[in-house]
Amino acid sequence: MASGTRTIEVELSTTGLDAHGKPQRRPLVTNDGGSAFEIGAPDSMEPELSGDHMLINIGPQHPATHGVLRLVLELDGETVVRCIPHIGYLHCGFEKIGEYRQYNQIIPWTDREDYLNSIGNNVAFALGAERLFGIEITERCIVLRVIAAELSRIISHLVWLGTTCIDIGAFTPFLWAFQERENVYNLLESWVGARLTTSATRVGGMAADIPAGWMDGLRQFIRTFPVTVDEIDRMLTRNAIWVGRTIGLGVMSPEEAINWGLSGPMLRASGVAYDVRKDFPYLEYETYDFDVPIGTNGDVYDRFLVRMEELRQSVRILQQAADRLPEGPVNIDDPRIILPPKSKATSEMESMIHHFKQVMEGPRPPAGEAYVAVESPKGEKGYYMVSDGTSKPVRWRIRPPSFVNLAAIPKMVEGHLLSDVIAINASIDIVMGEIDR
Amino acid sequence: MTGKFETVSAGSALPANDAPVTPHGIPHRGGAVNPAAAALGASFPGAIVRTEVVWGETTIIVVPGRILEVMQWLHDDPDQRYDFLSDVTAVEYRDLDRPVEVVWHLRSLPFRRFLRIKAQLPRNAPLQVPSVWSIWKSADWIERECYDMFGIRFVGHPDLRRILMWEQYKEGYPLRKDFPLRGRFSRSEQLRQALVQNPEAKYSMEELSIADAFEDLPEDMRRRIGSGERTGE
Repeated sequence: MASGTRTIEVELSTTGLDAHGKPQRRPLVTNDGGSAFEIGAPDSMEPELSGDHMLINIGPQHPATHGVLRLVLELDGETVVRCIPHIGYLHCGFEKIGEYRQYNQIIPWTDREDYLNSIGNNVAFALGAERLFGIEITERCIVLRVIAAELSRIISHLVWLGTTCIDIGAFTPFLWAFQERENVYNLLESWVGARLTTSATRVGGMAADIPAGWMDGLRQFIRTFPVTVDEIDRMLTRNAIWVGRTIGLGVMSPEEAINWGLSGPMLRASGVAYDVRKDFPYLEYETYDFDVPIGTNGDVYDRFLVRMEELRQSVRILQQAADRLPEGPVNIDDPRIILPPKSKATSEMESMIHHFKQVMEGPRPPAGEAYVAVESPKGEKGYYMVSDGTSKPVRWRIRPPSFVNLAAIPKMVEGHLLSDVIAINASIDIVMGEIDR
Repeated sequence: MTGKFETVSAGSALPANDAPVTPHGIPHRGGAVNPAAAALGASFPGAIVRTEVVWGETTIIVVPGRILEVMQWLHDDPDQRYDFLSDVTAVEYRDLDRPVEVVWHLRSLPFRRFLRIKAQLPRNAPLQVPSVWSIWKSADWIERECYDMFGIRFVGHPDLRRILMWEQYKEGYPLRKDFPLRGRFSRSEQLRQALVQNPEAKYSMEELSIADAFEDLPEDMRRRIGSGERTGE
């Protein structure tokens, strides 16, 4: 910490001491004209507070920054005058690495950017690559991917809910949210074998079909989960402390929100009904009956309400997807894209050669480019891929929604109190893995 | 509490029954062209290099110097209304004879349209394009990232400095094709550079000018601030 700030801290935090650590003889309590308190201490003993702006550093190692975000705040008293965010502590160069990987090999990297939405990222990346390859996936695969994406949205919103509760001072909903999240992770584990880093999709299909009896588990979750949502709703929505800590903070008007490029619940809380699932549909989302909740004030409280309602809408979508899941193959029938079954690859010469050539050379899309955006829990997540006809992309670009949403934080926190910065930052729902990539 | 509030709805400029559907059977080349292409060609003769449609997405390649006026028109024109800037990025091809491309992805929320604008930057000139920050505030960080990763200068950006890499990063621009995957310096050199960093110098010049700490700074930082230097310039 710079030493100038250190001096200010001593002056402010240690009442009754002067800047050199000597006790002040002047009484701490004075009244306006009270001569009784004029003991004769010189005015210079009193620390000058007005006009002194303080520099406060939050993070990168701070639990309320949800990762390794660092905010440098200029404070006037307790009011934020300026906010300078610093990011990049988690930068790993995913996009660079993607240029050296085949399309299927990139899928594990998509797990690790927005790690709360890993299976949703898998789906999004596979959709982008399939547009680049010109592939139409099977009906069963479409519905399975919808289930995966909505489960992923539920996980992400639950983690957001739990951590935001902790940030603002409520502990119980955190436990309830994480209990339900555990149920979803159990479902995912029994499907693809992994919990956090799922790598569930492949170009042209999925890594695995759902196991027998899996839909029973999903239906049970669909039955029990709304109860938890209602409990959290009862706990928070009309809670005076919760409302007091969130309402009127970080307000973005609809025009500002669009201009700043906000997306997802951030944008919808401002009253802009833009949802990629409705407006630029993919995975046949237009055939599902669900609502897009929007807020009216664009503050932290509305973002909370929007996400709570999205949890319920996701359950609606899951119910419809579970009812319509068709039988049939998951992967497309194209040996240029899809690997042969492992049992054949280890027992038949032709399949082994096929497998070898697929893995070593990789499928090749025609030269071209595609930008496919999906509605991730954070907002519009886009994958932009450019191919020159080889098996590795020339450019793989992630359009990270929380990166763009976070860019508006200086605008949102300025003029608010220091403690509100934590609430506003939490309302953005940032994941630093996605922001830094 | 903001008081007056008007809900904005995506697709509000379209007829009510014009509901979008998941696209199927998209051709590799050709297909429906975004109406902005013809309108731009009529309004800005000479600014449009060419238009292509790849996988159903219209790409309009614009002369780099005229990006700002084209973008402003796309944002303001009542028949276009591209009010949402999704992304700004760049593409450098493995074929080093091809120009570096800067790519803007725009969305028109009222008309539910998607448009890709490109500018091709020749390699024998400095890589720079006009910044669209004055039109969309979302360009702020996205352009900074593009500058950080590709070294493309966005002229007119108010605060163009590195964002993902740190201020003192000396190895260049990581997403350029001439940048090796493992970095330019060996691991030992990277470690050595990390160890000689001054851990006290973690605030940027701009931030230190806020704090009244000038006298306590290291000598070199005092000299740099004294000469009016700001971060990233």
